[in-house]
Amino acid sequence: MKPSAFDYFRPASLSEALALLAKYKDDCKILAGGQSLVPAMNFRLARPAILIDINDLGELDYIFADDNGLHIGALTRHAAFHRRVVDGPLGALLSKVARHIAHYPIRQRGTFAGSLAHADPASEWCLVATALNAAIVAKSIRGDRRISVGDFFNGTFATDLAADELLAEIHLPAMGPGWRTGFFEFSRRAGDFALGMALAALRIEDGIVREARLGVGGVADRAIRLESLEDGLVGHAASPELIDSIAREAWALVTPVGDIHASPEYRRDLIATAVRRALTEAAA
Amino acid sequence: MASKRDVNLTINGASHAVSIEPRRTLADVLRDDCGLTGTHLGCEHGVCGACTVLVDGRPVRSCLMFGVQAEGKTIRTVEGLADGDTLHPLQQAFWENHGLQCGFCTPGFLMLAAGALEENPEMSDNEIKDVLSSNLCRCTGYQNIVKAVRIAARELRARPRA
Ligand SMILES: Cc1cc2nc3c(=O)[nH]c(=O)nc-3n(C[C@H](O)[C@H](O)[C@H](O)COP(=O)(O)OP(=O)(O)OC[C@H]3O[C@@H](n4cnc5c(N)ncnc54)[C@H](O)[C@@H]3O)c2cc1C
Ligand code: FES
Ligand code: FES
Repeated sequence: MKPSAFDYFRPASLSEALALLAKYKDDCKILAGGQSLVPAMNFRLARPAILIDINDLGELDYIFADDNGLHIGALTRHAAFHRRVVDGPLGALLSKVARHIAHYPIRQRGTFAGSLAHADPASEWCLVATALNAAIVAKSIRGDRRISVGDFFNGTFATDLAADELLAEIHLPAMGPGWRTGFFEFSRRAGDFALGMALAALRIEDGIVREARLGVGGVADRAIRLESLEDGLVGHAASPELIDSIAREAWALVTPVGDIHASPEYRRDLIATAVRRALTEAAA
Repeated sequence: MASKRDVNLTINGASHAVSIEPRRTLADVLRDDCGLTGTHLGCEHGVCGACTVLVDGRPVRSCLMFGVQAEGKTIRTVEGLADGDTLHPLQQAFWENHGLQCGFCTPGFLMLAAGALEENPEMSDNEIKDVLSSNLCRCTGYQNIVKAVRIAARELRARPRA
């Protein structure tokens, strides 16, 4: 229950951090909020030889919105989203989702970028990024790389990031005032990881869905965007009947995993309910 | 073998010079290097909240931070909550409302509530309950903890602002 020994660096600038990453590559790990890495180290599931603590990099602690959407710097803590970080539906959605992530003290340290880099399939931010088609900016001394979220996750705890890369920014596309959103999560106790969750966003004009985003998380080795079901919503009114049939299609489409917490059959039923509730909230 | 580092920590307003390995968690530094054993360790993986302390005013799990990371920060532990012999309103309310039994979880709950109420003194009863769901207690059944924090919140709001 105590971490094994490591060397510790706390760089004062991003360029210094990237130089250390380039030097030590697989021998080192980035320490952000530490809310996933340190428990793993306390159990000695993770035994990095070197930690590069990025908590002093004020240049990565930012959120700003422009015409393209929301830019979230790597040091943005979960708790930053307790308040709406941007006007309109996106800020409201993020603040609602943030309250489902762990607990208040853990949200004071844990970061949005750390959640994506950690790639827990039950992470709320991984679902947000996947369903809303985020882009991820990775930096290394070799240069910057923009990764579309569809190419970012490789499975449970696995991403496309190279050993010398730092996830510097997440970019979420803008959501105009015509968008409405819904999010539903089921977990055994408040603050636990999700057994199943769904996120829906609809742009509704004159009662007709013009654009749709739909994703589920906590059920497979990564969050899943259900694009074929999004297509089934566009051009129609989001009626209870349509929502019901979309939820049934999600039931058939997703092949969930089983574990000690829930069987695949249970999770499949949960997906249908989560999708139905998220869509119903978005359509209301 | 990583060598020890000399670090100066500010805890409850006092400065503590310690020589620590980077792998030492803040919780262990507080308890073993600074002799402040009011901060308790239950699970050492972020679940129970017994180790909650305030870092720059915010409640955090001290088992999930390394001592070296606390350099330059303001740390507050349960030992700094009372004002001399006068208990903090939260401590008073826990005492009067039977908010503790064995007391193992109490320092964590006190620091959690203190930090959350400093961030938002106007927390609603439901928000208080939500924040308190962060920590575990194996004795009380929580009802008296929730009650004590609600009463202390009222008491703190009624005080003239410093
Ligand atoms: C009790 C408990 C309950 C929790 N419940 C939930 C929950 O319900 N939902 C949820 O989503 N999470 C939950 N978490 C995890 C929490 O959200 C973490 O904050 C998050 O998973 C990781 O973010 P971090 O900043 O703490 O990263 P760290 O723990 O510091 O790092 C995690 C991993 O990501 C890497 N990394 C971090 N930042 C970067 C970066 N910028 N570039 C490249 N690599 C990086 C690290 O090297 C490490 O491998 C819980 C944690 C605890 C302790
Ligand atoms: S000991 Fe830190 S949360 Fe349990
Ligand atoms: S009083 Fe015993 S654990 Fe809370």
